[in-house]
Amino acid sequence: MTDPYARTLIVMPAFNEVASVGAVVSEVFAALPGVTVLVVDDGSRDDTAAVAMAAGALVARLPFNLGVGGAMRLGFRYALENGFDSAVQIDSDGQHDPAAVPSLLAELANADLAIGARFAGEGDYRVRGPRQWAMTVFAHILSSISHTRLTDTTSGFRASGPNAIRLWAEYYPAEYLGDTIEALVIASRSGLIIRQVPVSMRQRAGGVPSHNPFRSAAYLARAGLALVFALIRPRSSYRLGGTP
Amino acid sequence: MSVVSYIFGILSAVLILAVVVEMLRRRRLRERHAAWWFIAGLLALVAGVFPATLEWAAHLLGIEVPINLVFFVSIAILFLVSLQHSAEVTQLESKTRALAERLAIVELELSRSRPDKPKV
Repeated sequence: MTDPYARTLIVMPAFNEVASVGAVVSEVFAALPGVTVLVVDDGSRDDTAAVAMAAGALVARLPFNLGVGGAMRLGFRYALENGFDSAVQIDSDGQHDPAAVPSLLAELANADLAIGARFAGEGDYRVRGPRQWAMTVFAHILSSISHTRLTDTTSGFRASGPNAIRLWAEYYPAEYLGDTIEALVIASRSGLIIRQVPVSMRQRAGGVPSHNPFRSAAYLARAGLALVFALIRPRSSYRLGGTP
Repeated sequence: MSVVSYIFGILSAVLILAVVVEMLRRRRLRERHAAWWFIAGLLALVAGVFPATLEWAAHLLGIEVPINLVFFVSIAILFLVSLQHSAEVTQLESKTRALAERLAIVELELSRSRPDKPKV
């Protein structure tokens, strides 16, 4: 157990990612020797599970699609039950650079949750228009709630320490956008310390960012609703999970 | 009101109650779901047998046309039942999610504890 990453679990939610998951798993192992990779196959219809397994990852297969929230809660529960000290979410589309994981983990020394932020100086990831305005508004609100400067609240590139794992294993929001915005509210209201780490983000291999104004408006509305409801929920609904 | 419509009203209410009771008897309906339908059937029966009670209640609430009270109560009951169903669906969904997550972890651990068997 002298391996520095022996007690770190990489959780990769994957839904029909057969094209990229194998390469990303290999890349993670190359960047972080000795780490455990758990690919959560979120009800894929393709060979995501087989490819991930061939690349050397553990694979948990959900019987049907639950979305990122459900897949991540599974990962946190697995981390809790198997005694991992930290869990890092990495997207299986290759958007997150595993080389940034050490800096996220280093930040966990003085925080419970480290967020890899895309706009904090590094990399060339940009969004424009209403989506960007919305992100700025959310960043301001969440910064004041969490008493720290956050610029990228919808980043899925996050490292969770032991306290965060205990919280998420019991209560990780499953709603659309809940896994990012609502999760931050829950973490702050549960007294977790959140820090932001600048990371560079690569463009997704597949998929084009949406510039449809109706979609942007819908995104804004749903994200706003998610934030409002996260704020007015009773505090008592956030319990810290224990080992079963 | 003619005798025919009087009898028709009573028969409809009795039919609702009979269906609810029969479904309860065969365990096709749980008590907490049956409650609203049972209340609706009872109200319909009372209003059917004694139309005067309907007029009295409408007058009490200041409703000019008594039948509007029937519509109001019917819609209110349907609304509440729908709301109850939405809440139950939400609850069932979250239980299903938890089960699915649990199942995936158990499957993973099972495949790891039996390395001779092909994984997954």
